[in-house]
Amino acid sequence: MKKSAAPAIMRQGQLLPWIFVGPALAILIIYVAYPTFNTFLLSFQNADSTQLASAACQPDQPCWGILENYRYALTSKVMLTSFRNNALWLILMVSGTVSLGLFYAVLADRVRYEPLAKAIIFLPMAISFVGAGVIWKFVYAYPINPNDPNVPVIGLLNAIVTALGGKPVAWLSTGPWVNNIALIVVGIWIWTGFCMTILSAALKGVPAEILEAARVDGANEWMVFWKIMVPMIMPTITVVITTMTINVLKVFDIVYVMTGGNYGTDVIANRMYMEMYQHQDAGRSAAIAVILVLAIIPVMLYNVRRFREQEAIR
Amino acid sequence: MNNMVKLNNVLGRIPVHVAIIAMCVVWLLPAVGLLVTSFRPVQDVNETGWWMVFAPPKGAAEYKQFCSPCHGSNGSKVAGVNLFDPDLVSKYRRSMYLAATFSKEFDGKVHIEKDQWPNEQQTANILSYLRRESGLDTRPRFTLSNYVDALVGYRGRETYREECAKGNIIPGERTCNFIKDMTTSQTGMGRAFINSLLVTIPATILPILFAAFAAYAFSWLDFHGRQVLFAILVGLQVVPLQMTLIPIYKIYTSLGLNGTFLGVWLFHTGFGLPYAIYLLRNFLGALPRDLFESAYLDGASVWTAFFRLAIPLSVPAIASLGIFQFLWVWNDLLVALVFLGGTTPVMTYQISNLVTSLGGGWHLLTAAAFLSMLLPMIVFFSLQRYFIRGILAGSVKG
Ligand code: HEC
Repeated sequence: MKKSAAPAIMRQGQLLPWIFVGPALAILIIYVAYPTFNTFLLSFQNADSTQLASAACQPDQPCWGILENYRYALTSKVMLTSFRNNALWLILMVSGTVSLGLFYAVLADRVRYEPLAKAIIFLPMAISFVGAGVIWKFVYAYPINPNDPNVPVIGLLNAIVTALGGKPVAWLSTGPWVNNIALIVVGIWIWTGFCMTILSAALKGVPAEILEAARVDGANEWMVFWKIMVPMIMPTITVVITTMTINVLKVFDIVYVMTGGNYGTDVIANRMYMEMYQHQDAGRSAAIAVILVLAIIPVMLYNVRRFREQEAIR
Repeated sequence: MNNMVKLNNVLGRIPVHVAIIAMCVVWLLPAVGLLVTSFRPVQDVNETGWWMVFAPPKGAAEYKQFCSPCHGSNGSKVAGVNLFDPDLVSKYRRSMYLAATFSKEFDGKVHIEKDQWPNEQQTANILSYLRRESGLDTRPRFTLSNYVDALVGYRGRETYREECAKGNIIPGERTCNFIKDMTTSQTGMGRAFINSLLVTIPATILPILFAAFAAYAFSWLDFHGRQVLFAILVGLQVVPLQMTLIPIYKIYTSLGLNGTFLGVWLFHTGFGLPYAIYLLRNFLGALPRDLFESAYLDGASVWTAFFRLAIPLSVPAIASLGIFQFLWVWNDLLVALVFLGGTTPVMTYQISNLVTSLGGGWHLLTAAAFLSMLLPMIVFFSLQRYFIRGILAGSVKG
């Protein structure tokens, strides 16, 4: 079919459209397109961007020449720790939020106070990560002198531990497992509501007749869930997983506020910030940013495509 | 029979209710702890956990065990001695002095047998209980002091109100005019709240405005390269914020834009635009073509079509987008750290600063954190539907 010619209202000459698009375009070029390109270039230069990165090489030390910043970003000890932590975040937080969200969406669907129950889980999405960090830092609070029985335990978690007969735990400075998991719990607390809401909407789209038919055929709830619900909402689950993956890769605020990346809890995005401000090293910081982008973009592209498909179906 | 089925149904659902309620409790408890703590006097915050807020005051148990048998629960059972009398209690400024009475002899009888003495800590607790009961310590269970102190940025050992009651004015720093201190203090949440608003409102309006124009052109104006340009703009959504920070920071440093509102407005606008254009273009593009055709035939110009037709019709999309962008900017820390820092502190910056600089000041920290959550919470509860839609729609954003 031949595309119909643009209607009269759309034909306004060549100047007017650019007046409409112009401001947005200018801002996007200045604030997104150019900096992206520039960051890429900076990653091959030294700390104050005056020379090539290879200038920072020292004799007798390993050197990757112009890729020197990438040597730091890919092989230094702090960065390796960050990679490990981001991987841990990825595994635990994505599986945690998605499974808890799905579990909760299925359950909440069966009770009359569903809106309230869902609002409570969704609430953390409204507050800042900084606020969430304060809330949980207080939960994890550790007595200044844990050996003195007279020093009160004011952190909820340690109060529970001591009530059960245990000794207070320094949740945020005991590495590498305890503190990283403690931080990831905060992430799960924040994002579960988000996953739950999307998954719940998808679950409501599963035709009731199909579920009923399965139940009549003798399938128990467990089988209905695994054999019918999950396969039917698989596309949505994929979108949620990829979205969470991106969020996890960029996680910054929680770590910055709660541990500052100390005690072996550093993550890539925090490293990037630290290189930029504490060490004033634009080259290394840019290299880390590029690595972050390289990790995110494939997921992002995949996600946008899946999202489009979903929109198209709707 | 029917009743049995009903009962079975109800019983069968108990695990569901238990699971839901348990999860709700886990989700709410941390936040409740914050809220309760923000209203407790600082001494209480550091002495007992927030869940003890309604527990009897400190020392009550010890008093009951060691002193009540003779002195009674109202403190005046022994004739001639009223332990809850402020004049009597004020004689024992330290628990040591109180302990000294234990070995005293009254009418030849030793006050308390040695094996029944409370230990040092218990004596201290008893004294603080006596001080409270006698009214020497007028510490209420709940207070607004933390909020006052957080708002004016008071970090001392007492409270802002106590200092001002004593007339401790520090020229240029503490005038004791609450409104003035609140709106000017560099360390206070009051000023930060205003800064947050000054950052967020324009940073919400600007991208939506520019995006609306662009989206209109992309859906209802014909020009060369329309499709390609739109695809590129939408593609920019994948660029994460981190990728643009360093170059913009460098530019801002040379232009002197660091620490200015204009700088952050534009940055947030740039970063919010791709997604806003994408969303609004989808919305505007879905409007019926006849609508615009007939308006045009009626002699409407493009501008009328835009302002009188397109904008009013896309209010639902703009609302979702607006809420999303508002919360995004309000809750942002990274951009505020980089471009505003301490010169124009916003709330998230101020809180992160409090966390790192003063460690255990939970009374201030909880109050400050709650202040920063106030507006998002109001938005959440009043506009829940738009709110959720906005967040969900924004989920694919970089
Ligand atoms: C065995 C009973 C008994 C117990 C237990 C007891 N007291 Fe007393 N206390 C007395 C008597 C009797 C007097 C009054 C003496 C008098 O005639 O002045 C007294 C007097 C006092 C006085 C006034 C002292 C003075 O120098 O005038 C103080 C203060 C006091 N008690 C504090 C305490 C505290 C605190 C405790 C709990 C740790 C306690 N008492 C437990 C019997 C007791």
